[in-house]
Amino acid sequence: MSSVIFLFQEVLPNTTPYMIAGYAVIFGVMLIYLISLSVRWRSLEKDLEVLEEVQESQAP
Amino acid sequence: MESKPQLLKLLDGITLVLFVVATAMVFFYAPTEAVMGQVQRVFYFHVAAGWVGMLSFLTAALAGIAYLRSGRRSWDIVGLSAVEVGIAFIFINIVTGSIWARPIWNTWWTWDPRLTTATIMELIYAAYLLLRQGIDDPDRRARFGAVYAIVGFVSVPLTFFSARLFRTIHPVVIGTNQPGAEGQFDMTPKMVQTFVFSLITFTFIFADILWRRVRLGRLAERVEQLKLEVVQ
Repeated sequence: MSSVIFLFQEVLPNTTPYMIAGYAVIFGVMLIYLISLSVRWRSLEKDLEVLEEVQESQAP
Repeated sequence: MESKPQLLKLLDGITLVLFVVATAMVFFYAPTEAVMGQVQRVFYFHVAAGWVGMLSFLTAALAGIAYLRSGRRSWDIVGLSAVEVGIAFIFINIVTGSIWARPIWNTWWTWDPRLTTATIMELIYAAYLLLRQGIDDPDRRARFGAVYAIVGFVSVPLTFFSARLFRTIHPVVIGTNQPGAEGQFDMTPKMVQTFVFSLITFTFIFADILWRRVRLGRLAERVEQLKLEVVQ
């Protein structure tokens, strides 16, 4: 049985590049999404700061 | 400036540790599958990403129900956040599945029931984001989002059970494979442990990312309210 598997493995192509590609997608997409959350958070905080300043200047 | 809650910091830490351990288990603990070789290792995070996607869409549907019952806008933020997280993870699921399929099925893509229903599910939720943007009134937008998330959830069980109900070549992890399934394998105890650990890890990732996205949604709403106040 083991020799049959061994023979079968001999004709199989090397699938390592596909594994690397798969994990590159997994880590890449997750990282991009986390970065997008961080960028959007910082941008909103800046907007909030500006708006609060404007609101303070408008106060009687 | 809003500081990060202590519990979220703790969740960040736990999630990071779990993710490092899960990754180490995938590459160094789980054995190499005899027939498929290294590409089989994609399976652990491929399924876990699909789990997170479906969990996200379930959360969106439940948030939709909660919004319709209570009318509280915070539920709309949870629903929107969950849909966004779900789209990202189902995208990972579909693309990694396609990469796995290339050496195993000898094709990048086939219109198999599982692949087709997963793609339809992804498109349904992508449309949710696009259609929301077209509605200016916040209450109408939230109501639309809630109903859409509940109705759209029909696509989730359809996708999950598609590999069990229809004739498909997609392997089934839990349950009986279809006779024509290609790429199925028997999991060794170490593979099962790695698989379960990956599912637990990705559940933590889901909780952590969803919390972050909900905080972002709340901040966005605060900015919108302040804009209106400033204009008036």
